[in-house]
Amino acid sequence: MDTMFHAHTLLIIAVGAVATYLTRVGGYIFITRMKRIPPRAEAALNAVPAAVLATLVAPAAVTGGFDVSLTMAVALLAGFRLTLLPMLGVGWVFVMILRHVIG
Amino acid sequence: MTPATKEEIRDALRRGIAVGIAAAPFAVLFGAVAIDNGLTLAEATLMSATLYAGASQLVGVELFNHNVAPWLVILSIFAVNFRHVLYSAAIAPHIRHLTFWQKATSLFFLTDPQFAETERRADAGIRVSYVWSMVLGLSVYVPWLCLTVVGGLLGNLIGDPRAIGIDVLLPIYFMGLVLGFRSRVNWLPVVIASSAGSILALHFVGSPWHVSLGALAGILVAALMPIDHNEPAAPVGEPVRGEA
Repeated sequence: MDTMFHAHTLLIIAVGAVATYLTRVGGYIFITRMKRIPPRAEAALNAVPAAVLATLVAPAAVTGGFDVSLTMAVALLAGFRLTLLPMLGVGWVFVMILRHVIG
Repeated sequence: MTPATKEEIRDALRRGIAVGIAAAPFAVLFGAVAIDNGLTLAEATLMSATLYAGASQLVGVELFNHNVAPWLVILSIFAVNFRHVLYSAAIAPHIRHLTFWQKATSLFFLTDPQFAETERRADAGIRVSYVWSMVLGLSVYVPWLCLTVVGGLLGNLIGDPRAIGIDVLLPIYFMGLVLGFRSRVNWLPVVIASSAGSILALHFVGSPWHVSLGALAGILVAALMPIDHNEPAAPVGEPVRGEA
């Protein structure tokens, strides 16, 4: 490795980092500037966790292939009974066995 | 150190470890993919240290390889990370008591799990302290950095994440987080709208826009639902199921 950093790459990383940090503080700054939060806005904010996190789950479950879909379904059932870490364990063991069986 | 602070640190570490295990393969994967796409080990590590947002880092290095215009790379990173705007708005009531610098530093660590854990803690009626936020943040951040380096050094050792079954870990982890919020008002309609919205958007618009568009669908559903004025919007103090 001759050089540790390239100017071009460094610039993208720097601007990307600033942009990312702005997204992390932006919502707070915006919402605290509002005098009073209307009930519907509050209902909307209350829905943010499930709404955003679901978009990281559903496409993966649908487009990941049969093995992933089935594993996600099993993990979903497990998730109603188990805490996070055991749920991960169930999903991992299931997908490993499934892939071993169906090749 | 007061017993209360000790308990906060213990709780934050316990959750941080769970997050770390779920995210670890992706830190290694990022390191490996980054080197594969022409970044140096120093650049990959710097990217993990300053962006600290896995999905956007992977999207970013993927675009590096295709010689895409710099502004488009940055726009893509911004698009993938736009959900953080919603996160920091949503946790605003829980962190308002912190000082300016405490907010400025702890918000740097606002990732998906950090957000979910913060909401969960507030849901349980526990005050979100600076110590708790920072311990949780750092217990995920430090391994994330170290494992980026490991991934970069290993290069392509993890040729196929599917072969060792780690590709399902992060979706399952996020699903667990979604389930953790199931006691909230309108949870099911929101989840259905977001899921359907993101799948449709992925098909018709493409990645990474499906995240923002899908989330928007769920949030719109929540905003348009009839509001019960007798009940507070957030079930504060309600016990959170499923976690010790």
